[in-house]
Amino acid sequence: MKGLFKTLTLAAAIGISATANAITVGFAQVGSESGWRTSFSESVKAEAEKRGITLKFSDAQQKQENQIKAVRSFIAQRVDAILIAPVVETGWQPVLMEAKRARIPVVILDRNVSVTDHSLYLTRIAPDFEVEGQRAASWLTEKTQGKCNILELQGTVGSSAALGRMKGFNETIAKFPETKIVRSQTAEFTRAKGKEVLETMLKAEGGGKNICAIWAHNDEMALGAIQAIKEAGLKPGKDILIVSVDAVDDALKAIVAGEINVSVELSPHLGGPAFDVINEYRGGKKEFDKWIRMGGAVYTADNAAAELTKRGVK
Amino acid sequence: MNTLSKNQNLRRYLWPCAGLLVLLVINAIIAPEFFSIEFKDGRFYGSLIDVLNRAAPVALLAIGMSLVIATAGVDLSVGSIMAIAGAVSAYYITKGVDNLALIIGAGLIAGLIAGIVNGFLVGYMSIQPIVATLILMVAGRGIAQLINEGQIVTFDHSGFAFLGTGSFLGLPFPVVLVILTFVIVQLLTRRTALGLYIEAVGANPSASHYMGLNAKAIKMSVYCVAALCAALAGMIAAADIRGSDANNAGLWLELDAILAVVIGGASLMGGRFSIFLAIIGALIIQTLTVTIILSGIPPKFNLLIKASAIILVLLLQSPLFQKQLAQLKFRKPFTNNTSAPNKEVNNA
Repeated sequence: MKGLFKTLTLAAAIGISATANAITVGFAQVGSESGWRTSFSESVKAEAEKRGITLKFSDAQQKQENQIKAVRSFIAQRVDAILIAPVVETGWQPVLMEAKRARIPVVILDRNVSVTDHSLYLTRIAPDFEVEGQRAASWLTEKTQGKCNILELQGTVGSSAALGRMKGFNETIAKFPETKIVRSQTAEFTRAKGKEVLETMLKAEGGGKNICAIWAHNDEMALGAIQAIKEAGLKPGKDILIVSVDAVDDALKAIVAGEINVSVELSPHLGGPAFDVINEYRGGKKEFDKWIRMGGAVYTADNAAAELTKRGVK
Repeated sequence: MNTLSKNQNLRRYLWPCAGLLVLLVINAIIAPEFFSIEFKDGRFYGSLIDVLNRAAPVALLAIGMSLVIATAGVDLSVGSIMAIAGAVSAYYITKGVDNLALIIGAGLIAGLIAGIVNGFLVGYMSIQPIVATLILMVAGRGIAQLINEGQIVTFDHSGFAFLGTGSFLGLPFPVVLVILTFVIVQLLTRRTALGLYIEAVGANPSASHYMGLNAKAIKMSVYCVAALCAALAGMIAAADIRGSDANNAGLWLELDAILAVVIGGASLMGGRFSIFLAIIGALIIQTLTVTIILSGIPPKFNLLIKASAIILVLLLQSPLFQKQLAQLKFRKPFTNNTSAPNKEVNNA
């Protein structure tokens, strides 16, 4: 009888330790508004499955109120940790305080949150937009020896990606007096707008004869720009250099085809580092850097093909 | 009597066309090369041609929207229908279908189904148009994303790409499609009684009911035409970038289309419509966009400039504003007289 009891407690103990390893994490994602966002969601899901973590995924369809509802329901379900990829920066303080009171650690992914008390979240894992802009600019100034007339395709006005990339790029080219942006306009991060805006810009610049490069804040706009350049009878990548950010699959293919010159990676694989942080926190570590920077690899004709094979893209 | 109605008709055409002309002149001042058109690689090439080409999707939407608005309705779902049609075509191309008629047919059928849903809800279920089409506006974009699993699909099909980037008789093919659609819809509405029926249903539903008009069928038909126009616009947009971006294709274009119809002088309360003026409205919107890009003004001012210019165009069209403007002119000598002595007093 006693022996049976012992084995039972042992079994129970093993059971408890097993559930302690298999943690549950809630993930409040923005939605699926772009190809990058979809790969980001997929990467988090894949990473959770690999580690045996139960992931509760919420798609907020680009609405903050849905995200806040999702976070509240994660708290009610007593998940072990919460990942938030915020739609906007403001308005997070109350719900983050609720999470803190429930002793659930929160990790912010991608966009920032503006809160007065930074102990409300463990850390933010995100790309550094300014560094992306700087790397794009360094490549361009090196390639052109500091002499270049640039057409800039901005992202959505006021978005943190557009502001950061613009700042990093402009600071770097400021050191080269003969490198300047001659025209700048938003193309809202889309391919269709990228094509339309560049078409008009090229005509306004006399067919683009004096233009040496296009600086696009993302690959989609660069892909649109390529088509506009082709239709104007010029060769993208040769007559006009194309510099872009994101390094999505289509852009890497264009690099291999010689139509885009360089794309700085915006890594969508934020899941792995996020789960690492959660594990470390559960292991007892309490202090983290408030911003863990991701991505920033530079892809050119030298390494794009290899990266495509690595990603398993045909 | 005849001359009076002719005069009114002329006035209707005067203001939108004048607005377009003013914008074109502004463009010519900002960028002198704006009006230069070259003939290159068998097609015309220049900023003016770009305006026509880029206005094509909104112009197509505006053609359909004119009819819907004439029945005192509105179709908010056309932007989403664009996304659906583009996604469906892209889906078939990436699945290896090579037959162009099949690809375009699939896109048009997808649009038609959406139109039937709208027409059924508005015509037969008597749901308010703004609510009925709002359903498909929201759900439609979701459907479009589902078709290609939320991904932006890139394809390579030269036949389909011709829809967006080809040229016919030197004109970009989208422009040719707009002209064709315009001619067909114009013939349908002005050479048959259909146009009159549509206006009657919009202007006075009960009177047209007592006259024996089948309002339900008429509403169904206008929503179907609007959806077919939207599907065509969606395929042009997808063909243009050789890809289907369900998130952004046609996003907010329903509002541009409504605006184009309103700039064209139609009333949202239904009744009289002019497809030609709606197309002029679409051209005004596109010219404005080009003006902003050419001017080099920082992008954060884009929407503000667009809104101000459109308020101006709409004000110029308002009969009340025209009257007040005319009164201002008459009053001028009078105000001069009164202000003159004041000045003297000040000087003294």
